[in-house]
Amino acid sequence: MEEIVAVFIQEAREQLTEMEKGLMALQQQHGVSAPDAETINAIFRAAHTIKGGSGVVEIRVIERFTHSAENVLDQVRNGAIQLNAAMIGDLLAAADHLGALLDAVEQGESGEDPALAANGQAIAARLDGHLGKGASVATSATPAVGAVDTTSDALESSGGGNVGADTWHISLRFGRNVLKNGMEPVAFLRYLLSLGEIAHITTLFDDMPVAAEMDAECCYLGFEINFRSHASKEQIEHVFEFVRDECDLQILPPHSKLADYLQLIEDLPEESLRIGEILVKSGALTQEELDAALRQQTSGATPGTAEDPPQVASIGSILVEQGVIQPELVEAAAVKQKQVGEKKAAEARLIRVHADKLDQLIDLVGELVIAGASAHLIARKSGQTTLVEATSVLSRLVEDIRDSALQLRMVQIGETFTRFHRVVRDVSRENGKDIELAISGADTELDKSVVEKIGDPLMHLVRNAIDHGIESAEVRAARGKPAQGRLELNAYHDSGSIVIEVVDDGGGLPKDKILKKAIDQGIAQAGDTLSDDEIVNLIFQPGFSTADKITNLSGRGVGMDVVRKNIQALRGRVDVQSEQGEGSRFTIRLPLTLAIIDGFLVSAGNASYVIPLDMVVECLELNAGSADRDYLNLRGEVLPFIRLRQLFEVEGEAPKRENVVVVRSAHQKAGIVVDHLLGEFQTVIKPLGTLFRNLRGISGSTILGSGDVALILDVPTLTALAGRRENESFATDRAMQ
Amino acid sequence: MRKTQAKATPEAGSQPPTRRLTLDTDLTIYHAPEHKRLLLEALDQAELIELDLGQVSEIDSAGLQVLLLGKRESLASGKTLRIVGHSPAVQELLDFFNVASYFGDPLVIPARARG
Repeated sequence: MEEIVAVFIQEAREQLTEMEKGLMALQQQHGVSAPDAETINAIFRAAHTIKGGSGVVEIRVIERFTHSAENVLDQVRNGAIQLNAAMIGDLLAAADHLGALLDAVEQGESGEDPALAANGQAIAARLDGHLGKGASVATSATPAVGAVDTTSDALESSGGGNVGADTWHISLRFGRNVLKNGMEPVAFLRYLLSLGEIAHITTLFDDMPVAAEMDAECCYLGFEINFRSHASKEQIEHVFEFVRDECDLQILPPHSKLADYLQLIEDLPEESLRIGEILVKSGALTQEELDAALRQQTSGATPGTAEDPPQVASIGSILVEQGVIQPELVEAAAVKQKQVGEKKAAEARLIRVHADKLDQLIDLVGELVIAGASAHLIARKSGQTTLVEATSVLSRLVEDIRDSALQLRMVQIGETFTRFHRVVRDVSRENGKDIELAISGADTELDKSVVEKIGDPLMHLVRNAIDHGIESAEVRAARGKPAQGRLELNAYHDSGSIVIEVVDDGGGLPKDKILKKAIDQGIAQAGDTLSDDEIVNLIFQPGFSTADKITNLSGRGVGMDVVRKNIQALRGRVDVQSEQGEGSRFTIRLPLTLAIIDGFLVSAGNASYVIPLDMVVECLELNAGSADRDYLNLRGEVLPFIRLRQLFEVEGEAPKRENVVVVRSAHQKAGIVVDHLLGEFQTVIKPLGTLFRNLRGISGSTILGSGDVALILDVPTLTALAGRRENESFATDRAMQ
Repeated sequence: MRKTQAKATPEAGSQPPTRRLTLDTDLTIYHAPEHKRLLLEALDQAELIELDLGQVSEIDSAGLQVLLLGKRESLASGKTLRIVGHSPAVQELLDFFNVASYFGDPLVIPARARG
């Protein structure tokens, strides 16, 4: 595939996303108040950009189809037609169809698939059905605004009135850099043909300097075009939107006033006479009209031919009127240019970088961090103060580089969330439910690779919530809930991790049935005493997802183990809380980044361990008296702890004074008892080999400056473990009593 | 990308020198500077230049500009630039821009001429 086509497809997809986003926003606004003009404009711009782009790369199918959608949007924008739900539906269908067309192009299908074409025609027909009194309305509206409407007069083209030509006149001078910027004047002119017919074209190259100075890569071309079309001025201007900043474009509507032509002749860079000749030759003006115009030009107010005085005055007033009309047009053009300019500026601030390059950079930064730590260690051992100072500065810089390198990979989750507007709309419609999607924390940033991989699990949870979580309107009414269901997607940062929640206000998970089924399937034992939370979390157990006879359960659990597996692959975890009759809350907890973390280095026995610094709350000394307990009194709070020596079966005597690192994960605090505290340490996470995949309590490894390997503690698992132990001992105590 | 092969063969004696210039790479912006050089060189050395564009499969605005420049220079210096072979692409573009008459070369009008 040609590169330009690939670029077009990529951009078109982005625009399509914009369009969909806008349409969904409109749908939400619909019925509330008048549609937001800026949103409509945004959708229109997106559609227009796709059309323009497809024209440039000459994919006519897309160009034609987008044109239908654009027409509707244009009329909505102008207030010619009222937006309604059916229209939004059709426009969304159009967006889908465009996506399908783009797929087809991407797969290199040259001929159009008949089914696809038929679908496109059906949608286009529906779109056309929304159109108001036809595009001609818009056309005639343009020149009529506020003018002393001489078109209605029977005044012939004899002097100050209108010229006879029934064509648009387009004067076009391309800027020098057009070709260098990869734009092709021919392409724009060919695209112009999609709006009408070029009655006459004159190619000008008067600007071209002498041979020696002529740069073959500069553009010196200009065109005078007589154009026969029913399109509006705006539509014609749109053709040249991509070069709007780099060309001089003047458009005169059919039957324009002679004064306009006069103005045009004066404005154009070439000699007046030469332009006049061209205009006559091309049939835009008759010789008489030209003569009259030129006489006016030279002698000021001298009447052209046999005009009576009031008519002369009216020429003047027409010019004044021009002054009235023109600013509006100029303003409109200026606003548009500004928008285009702003868009360009926004684009200029972004650089597309291949993800591999970023990964490579992160890898290198990781190595740098390790090397830096090593240098720092050696410097400290050497005892040379200046060297230590130098390496300290170096470490700080490396830290900054690490942070900004990681920042490069961070993207906002908003885009992922926005996609769900569409999903919720479609799925809820299929199910005949009315569901509102509320999004919060769309600007929460997380690692790009995480964002890419979180989409599928999220989709699963959202679909499940709609399919099975939220009840039908009748059931909701019977339960005294509002008829419209509510689904929330939330994202926020919490102690070194990202939390994503999928919340519904539906029926909640049926605990009895889940427990019964889990026992049936041998996942839980009949005698187990399980808390409510433990029961609902059984749905994540592998095996729970097999087909079920309990109909209202089937599907609810399907694939939940897959969801959990996907999230665990990202070093994250997923939990569910559910209140019968009130709804469910799925909480996904993900690490902020996958590659490098700030760690806190501790040791137990001869081995070093790293605790993610974000999770460390404080450090204290372990009192000698707590040797046989697994909890301590932290300022009146019971803090369960685990001993690393015990957990990892480290041999040898514990030192006299042990330390406790208080960590927090998911609102749960726990202590980790270690031998020594070694301080902060930048940690490059190296994944553990497959052999250690099932190891609990360890999430990875890292290499210390000395070359030793340190294990990274999996704090969420450890806190959960500490909490559970406490529960167990509590339960045993109670049983003994 | 093919290297431009410009065959400039002096024809029948040296006075008046006639040169035949064959451009067989695309007349696009990528080759425009090179084509400009070749064309001006030929104009410098001969009175009558026959430009064979029969093999040109693609032409864009930059290519057209070079042709326009060549024609203008030839007219200015009283020499003759004649395009002897029009490939379909060249002919189509000259038609589209309505500049065929400027070059004044005989064109073969295809059977299904424009209405």
